Amino acid sequence: MTEQKIRVLVAKPGLDGHDRGAKTVASILRDRGMEVIYTGLHQTPEMIAEAATQEDVDVVGLSILSGAHMELFPRVRAELVKRGMGHVLLVGGGIIPNDDMKKLEADGFAKLFGPGTRTDDIGVYIETEMKKRRAHSA
Amino acid sequence: MSEVRDLAARFRAGHKAALARAISWAENGDPSYPEFLRSVYASVGRAWRTGITGPPGAGKSTLVNELAKNLRARDRTVGILAVDPSSPISGGALLGDRIRMEERTSDAGVYIRSMASRGGHGGLSRASSDACDVIDAFGIDEVLLETVGVGQAEYDVVSATDTVVVVLCPGAGDGIQAMKAGILEVADVLVVNKVDLPGSDRLLMDLEESAHIRHAGTGRWIPPVVGCSAGKSQGIDEVLAAMDSHRDHLRATGLAAVRAAKRVAQVQRVLHERLAVQLWGAGGQGERVRALLEAGRTPYDVVDELAEHFTSALRSRA
Ligand SMILES: Nc1nc2c(ncn2[C@@H]2O[C@H](COP(=O)(O)OP(=O)(O)OP(=O)(O)O)[C@@H](O)[C@H]2O)c(=O)[nH]1
Ligand SMILES: [Mg+2]
Repeated sequence: MTEQKIRVLVAKPGLDGHDRGAKTVASILRDRGMEVIYTGLHQTPEMIAEAATQEDVDVVGLSILSGAHMELFPRVRAELVKRGMGHVLLVGGGIIPNDDMKKLEADGFAKLFGPGTRTDDIGVYIETEMKKRRAHSA
Repeated sequence: MSEVRDLAARFRAGHKAALARAISWAENGDPSYPEFLRSVYASVGRAWRTGITGPPGAGKSTLVNELAKNLRARDRTVGILAVDPSSPISGGALLGDRIRMEERTSDAGVYIRSMASRGGHGGLSRASSDACDVIDAFGIDEVLLETVGVGQAEYDVVSATDTVVVVLCPGAGDGIQAMKAGILEVADVLVVNKVDLPGSDRLLMDLEESAHIRHAGTGRWIPPVVGCSAGKSQGIDEVLAAMDSHRDHLRATGLAAVRAAKRVAQVQRVLHERLAVQLWGAGGQGERVRALLEAGRTPYDVVDELAEHFTSALRSRA
């Protein structure tokens, strides 16, 4: 009777006040059958990592438009690791230059999605990665 | 095997990540869950479980956040389970109750878990009462279980909790509608939230009158009717006082018996689910049923035949 859903936390770190994009991604992932926890605006890295831990999510998706990703994204990652949640599939999106994407991907982020990403691509990526991981641990 | 012992050890050491994983096991029907529950079951039964139910948007999550804040001020630790609906089409869910509880996230004495209903009935998921057990075993004092926003009174929350708080608000129907929906039958405490909005006095009066007429002279618990404005942090202590009075009442009139009856109901429900899956799954009933139907038998005849088949199979095994 095992029925394992993909649980995703969609979070907006930092101060920017726009969450239409994050909400859209959240609802698209839901329509693909995932359970998406949306935590709202202005989350600190500690709050995001704590929520991810309490919710036992498989995936954390960060969305940022303010340009503070190089400061905030690694801090989220550090807080996750501190709580023993280094295993989550960590992805991010927003207005992020290519160079920064590469740096973050070298630093514990599974994948970054830049402007112009098709929202379906995010869902497909998560599903593919989770399938791989679950096949691996089974 | 050792995975279970490992989790139980981290759970006993108070790691929230272990608590979270145990709830996932329950939710996913993981084969390790029954053994895990057995290993911590001696610690179940100390927490007080309060169900918070009521129509969509009545302010359940906002109230839960306020209740948690006040309970923390009394030095009680709090576990919150917030259930939101799964989409029957995609099976996915958007779990948004947590947004209203953001201030609690960084409090070490609070644990918050969002749950999708996953086809469960009555505004809960199948694993909701398991999740209550796990939080209880973790040593948390108060469990607040928020159901899916439901229009009708749902009974599952009654069997999963000790005290049921029904939250209503003005504008979402009058007292008659509340009665039609059977809300007075399940409520141990009736809360009218959003008393800052017009129409709340009328709703309060309607409910109070109905509650008294309904229960007068029966010797049964009469649900107190309390107004509050969770959005403005007003009246929360009064809601807590009403919850406390129900708790005192239950303790004085035989809590153990009430809880035992609810456990029996749980066993019945789990057995029912398991048998349904096992019996249906055994030997491709779908094919057989289709054949019988094609032969012109009514659905009732088919059920008779299946039931006969199962009971004789059980008898020969015994
Ligand atoms: N005016 C007023 N609005 C309130 C009050 N409490 C909550 N609200 C608002 O009511 C809306 C719904 O609140 P929630 O707490 O999400 O309601 P809910 O019952 O948990 O909703 P669901 O989980 O979706 O069924 C929000 O916009 C709140 O801000 C109150 O006391 N007064
Ligand atoms: Mg809610």
